[in-house]
Amino acid sequence: MAQDQQTAPAANRPQATAPPTPGPARVTPADVARSAVTHGETMTGAQAIVRSLEAVGTTVVFGIPGGAILPTYDPLMDSTRLRHILMRHEQGAGHAAEGYAYTTGDVGVCMATSGPGATNLVTALADANMDSVPVVAITGQVGAPLIGTDAFQEADIVGITLPVTKHNFLVTDAQDIPRTIAQAFHIARTGRPGPVLVDIAKSAQQGSMTFSWPQQVELPGYHPVTKPHAKQVREAARLLATARRPVLYVGGGAVRAGAAAELRRLVDESGAAVVTTLMARGVLPDDHPQHLGMPGMHGTVPAVAALQKADLVVALGTRFDDRVTGKISSFAPHATVVHADIDPAEIGKNRRADVPIVGDLKEVIADLLPELAREHAQHGKPDLAAWWRQIDDWRETFPLGYSPTEDGHMAPQLVIQRLGEIAGPEAVYVAGVGQHQMWAAQFIRYQRPGQWINSGGLGTMGFAVPAALGAKVGDPDRVVWAIDGDGCFQMTNQELATCTINDIPIKVAIINNSSLGMVRQWQTLFYEARYSNTDLHTGHGTARVPDFVKLAEAYGCVGLRCEKEDEVDDTIRRAMEIDDQPVVVDFTVSRDAMVWPMVPAGVSNDEIQYARGISPAWDREE
Amino acid sequence: MSRHTLSVLVENKPGVLTRVAGLFARRAFNIHSLAVGPTEHEEISRITVVVDVEALPLEQVTKQLNKLINVIKIVELEPESSVQRELLLVKVRADSATRSHVLEVVELFRAHVVDVVPEAVTIEATGSPAKLDALLAALEPYGIREIVQSGTVAIGRGSRSITDRALERVARSA
Repeated sequence: MAQDQQTAPAANRPQATAPPTPGPARVTPADVARSAVTHGETMTGAQAIVRSLEAVGTTVVFGIPGGAILPTYDPLMDSTRLRHILMRHEQGAGHAAEGYAYTTGDVGVCMATSGPGATNLVTALADANMDSVPVVAITGQVGAPLIGTDAFQEADIVGITLPVTKHNFLVTDAQDIPRTIAQAFHIARTGRPGPVLVDIAKSAQQGSMTFSWPQQVELPGYHPVTKPHAKQVREAARLLATARRPVLYVGGGAVRAGAAAELRRLVDESGAAVVTTLMARGVLPDDHPQHLGMPGMHGTVPAVAALQKADLVVALGTRFDDRVTGKISSFAPHATVVHADIDPAEIGKNRRADVPIVGDLKEVIADLLPELAREHAQHGKPDLAAWWRQIDDWRETFPLGYSPTEDGHMAPQLVIQRLGEIAGPEAVYVAGVGQHQMWAAQFIRYQRPGQWINSGGLGTMGFAVPAALGAKVGDPDRVVWAIDGDGCFQMTNQELATCTINDIPIKVAIINNSSLGMVRQWQTLFYEARYSNTDLHTGHGTARVPDFVKLAEAYGCVGLRCEKEDEVDDTIRRAMEIDDQPVVVDFTVSRDAMVWPMVPAGVSNDEIQYARGISPAWDREE
Repeated sequence: MSRHTLSVLVENKPGVLTRVAGLFARRAFNIHSLAVGPTEHEEISRITVVVDVEALPLEQVTKQLNKLINVIKIVELEPESSVQRELLLVKVRADSATRSHVLEVVELFRAHVVDVVPEAVTIEATGSPAKLDALLAALEPYGIREIVQSGTVAIGRGSRSITDRALERVARSA
C-alpha cells in the first residue's frame, strides 16, 4: 500500500511506478486501522476530510490555503500522517501531485481554495487527464447557501473541470465527505487512472458529522474491465506468431499498468520490433536490441519506418495520438491492428482495430504469453530475418544524431546527452514541453519505467519544476533532474522557493536558447524565418532578463552557468555533488538547433525528414 | 448520416444531464432531441437522446457515454423493435368559421383539444415524429400560432426491461 511504499527503502521497491494492485474496490482493514478512527465519532466536516485522506493512505498533500478551505487547514495542522507542502501557485500544486503520482505509483493529492485557487488547478488537472495520471484535488467552495450567488471567490469549479477530469464531485453535506473521498480515490487509481476533483462547500467543512469510513466503494456506473477476453487474446497471439513484419507499439498504459516485466517477456518471445511512445520511454530498456526508439513527429526513422512498413501493429496501452500517427489515413497502411487498452473508448477511436482487447495491460500480456508460446510450439517461431535486415539497414543509415552548431554556442543535444550519461538511469528526468523535451526523449538512454516524466498529451509548459518537486518528494532517494526550457522555466520557477524551504533538493537544467525554441523552429520551417514573439532575451549576449543564476540564488538555490561544451561535464558533476540544496544550471545553447527527425504536422509519416530537406528514399528498401 | 435513439440510464443526481449534454458538445456529436425523466426506480433517471451520426461515431459516443461515472447503462432502440413517441402542444387559429374543420383534423389524428378560446384552440397530440409532422401540415392552413414539442421518449417492445439489471447494480450499491 501507499504508506508501505513511502517507508520502504527505494531499492526494495519492485518497481517505482507500479500502481497499487488493481481489483475490487474493497477498502482494506489496514486502511481503516491506519486512520485510527473510531467509527461513529462526531467531528467537523474539515476533520472528516483530514481523517478520510489519512484513511485512504495519503501521506503528502501539495496545496495553498485560502478562505473557503481554511476550516480544513486547521485540523490538517495537527495531522501526524499528512505532510502538507505549501506551494507558491496552485498549478504547481497540481503538477507536484502528478510528479508524486509518477514516482510512487499512488494517487497524488493537491488542495486549493475556491475561485482562483481552484481555477489555477485546472491546467494541471487537464494535464493529468490527458496523460492518465491519478490525482485527487480537494478544493474549498463557498458556503452552500452562497453557491450560485456570485459570492466572493466563487467559481463553478465542478462545471469548469467537467471536461478535464475523470470525474468530479460537489459536496454540500458534511456527512457525505468520507464516502465521496473514498470514491474519488477509487476512481482516480483504478481502470484508466485520471484526475478527480472533490469540491467541498465551506459550510460542509464547518458542519458536524458522524464519521464512518465506507467498507466498500460501490459506483453503479463504474466497472472497469481488467480481465481480457480469452478469444481475442488467442487471436492476437495467432497474428503475432504469423506476422512477417510485426511491431509492438507501446504507450504510457504499459507504464501505468506496471507491465514492464511482462512486456519484456513478450518482446523476447515474439522477436518483434518495438517502439515506445513519448509516454512510454523506459518501459522497455533503450539498449534492448529490438527497441527502435520513439515513433511519431520527432521519432527515430527506424521507429517511424517500421510502423509504416509493418504487416502487424500490436498497440499496447496507447491511443494512436496524432503526434504518433501523422496523417491518420496513411498511418501503418499495410498493418493489421491489435489494440489492447483498459479504456474501451480508445479502441477504434482513431484507427480501426482488427482485434480489440479491453483489459489491464499487465493481465493482457500475461495472458498473451502462454498463447504465443503455444503458437510457437505448434508452428515454430516465424522467420523475421528479412524484417530485421530491413530494420538494421534503417538503423545503420538513419541513426539519431545532431549537427554541431554554427554560432559558437553549445549544442543542446550534447548537454542533454551528457546529462543522461553522467546522472545515469537511476536518476529521474522530468521535462517541460518543447525542443528540450524532445531532445530529452531522444538523447537520454532510458532503462527503467519511471525514469522519464513529462507532459505528453496536453503539452503543458511549466510542468517540469513542480513535477520534479513532486517526484522528489515521492522518491527522495533518487536524483531528480528537471530538464527545462527557458520559456517553460519562467512559467513555474517560483516553486524553487518551495523546494528550498521544504528541503526538496531537485536539480534543474535550463536548456537556455533564449527563445520559445519549438515555436521558433516552426517559424524557421513554416513561416519563412519570421520570428514573431519568440525571443526571450535570456541567453548569451542578451540583456539576460532574468539572469537565471541570480534568480536561483535569490530562491536559495545554487546557481551555475555553463556556456562552453568543454565545461558541460564538470558543471553537471558539480551539480551532482550538491545534495542539500536545489541546483539550477543555466546551459546557454544555440538557438538555431532544431529537433530532427521531423514529420511536419498533418502529413503522412512516409514524409519523415531525417534532417532538413533529407527524406529517406523508401523505394530503395522495397 | 443516420438517426439513432439511445436510452441512457443514469444515476438520479444533480449535474448528470450537464455531463451527458456536455459530452455530446465536446466530442462534436449533434443531439437531435433529448428527453429526461424519472423511472420506476427513484435512484435512476432515463435520458432518451436522438442523435444524427454515422455508425462508427455512434460506437464512439456510446463508449464515451459509458465512461461517465454516473451513466449506468446505454441501449440503442431500433425503430422497428421499439415504440417512440413525442408530445406536441400546438395553438391554432380557429374562429366560428374554421373551428369545425380544425376539430376534424384533431379527430383524424386522435389528438385532443386542451384549451378553447373564441379565436384559437390548443391541441395536444402524441405520436411518432412522422405523425406529428403530418398533423402540423394539416393544421398549417388554419394558422399555427405557437408550437411546443418534447424530445422523443422510447421503450423497447416485448416484456423485457432494460432497467432490470441496472436496478440490481444500484441495489448492490445502496
